[in-house]
Amino acid sequence: MNFLSLAAPAANGEAAGGASFPPFDPWHFPSQLFWLAILFGILYLALSRFILPKLGGVIENREDTIADSLDEAARLNEQSKEAKQQQDLALAEARGKARDTADKAREKVEAEIAAETAKVDADLGERLAEAEARIQTLRTNAMSNVEQIATSATQAMLGRLGVNVTEADARQAVARNTQQEG
Amino acid sequence: MNLSFHQMADPMSQFEVKKLFELQIGGIDLSFTNTAFYMLLGVSLIIIFFGLAASRGKLIPSRSQSIAEIGYGFVANMVRSTAGEEGLKFFPFVFTLFFFVFFANMIGMVPYAFTTTSHIIVTGALALLVISIVIIYGLYKNGLKFFKLFAPSGAPFFIYLILVPIEVISFIARPVTLALRLFANMLAGHIMLKLFATFAAQLFAAALAGTALLGVVGVLAFAMGIAINALELLVAGLQAYIFAILTCVYLNDALHPSH
Repeated sequence: MNFLSLAAPAANGEAAGGASFPPFDPWHFPSQLFWLAILFGILYLALSRFILPKLGGVIENREDTIADSLDEAARLNEQSKEAKQQQDLALAEARGKARDTADKAREKVEAEIAAETAKVDADLGERLAEAEARIQTLRTNAMSNVEQIATSATQAMLGRLGVNVTEADARQAVARNTQQEG
Repeated sequence: MNLSFHQMADPMSQFEVKKLFELQIGGIDLSFTNTAFYMLLGVSLIIIFFGLAASRGKLIPSRSQSIAEIGYGFVANMVRSTAGEEGLKFFPFVFTLFFFVFFANMIGMVPYAFTTTSHIIVTGALALLVISIVIIYGLYKNGLKFFKLFAPSGAPFFIYLILVPIEVISFIARPVTLALRLFANMLAGHIMLKLFATFAAQLFAAALAGTALLGVVGVLAFAMGIAINALELLVAGLQAYIFAILTCVYLNDALHPSH
């Protein structure tokens, strides 16, 4: 059993007695306590002075880094949200402006159309009135010519029949007759 | 080279302390023994393992650094949950204690290795160290209020006549049980392992010598040995944990004796 154990070269002397129960064999107690104290002390010093603070620092550092990164992510998220809000706002504003511009343009066009229509209407009315006035004059002229012709024709016909009437009488007669007819 | 059949069968020989080199100071035998060697091995492994993890200290840990950090967090949580935030000043001590015992137990699981914690003088010394720290720190921090530990408040007077002796006895029993529990577990486990292993070996030898039927029993003994090995692996970890967590519980008494 002992061929790998380190005890082989020293397996003699007082410890070799297999009869007693080794853990209660007091010969090795002082050396056990001595080496335990030294080694445990060294381990405690090494761990508490150098290794554990450093390892704790590493863990803390990582936690800080993670917390920082999370904070940074939250901040960026907030920022992006804000930007989105601003973009929405700008979009709404632009949309309103576009609607305004379109409305204004439409109003302007409508006003222009109305003005043009009014102008054309007025022009047409004017021309109509003018034409009517001309027709009226023409008619009056025509009527007075007809009267003149009828008067002179009446005078001439009566003259042929041998009845002489004055121009005034003839006009009167014509006027009477045309008025009766009219 | 002791390969005699008797030596092989003796389950106690694995606990024998042997001098590697002699050392005498003031007439006291302080020889460097096999137990001292295995303590040195455990201490060196702990320092190398955690030292490497700490000195590399990468932000994104390697596998071994991760394990070292899990060990750190494990012990830190154990101390914090049992002894509170104030208990963290004992964190290096509990850490040292836990990994000292854990490595000793685990090294003991390697065949032919020596189990330091199977010696009552080692576990006893550790237990006395723990209880000394509890008493000294408890008196230093709380003064005489430390003795409230033996008389929990809120009980009628005549109850104290019974309660205080019980509390005192249980307090005295603490280092004894702390030392015995670890010692007995490691000792008994290794005796069992040795018994089943040697039993299997003897049965296989007998089977080879001609009694074939004994080989079947040998296989059973071997299987049992493997099962006990697994169990002992669990016990080795568990006992280190129990030792450390009881230390935390006792330290908690030193920190907050009135509870």
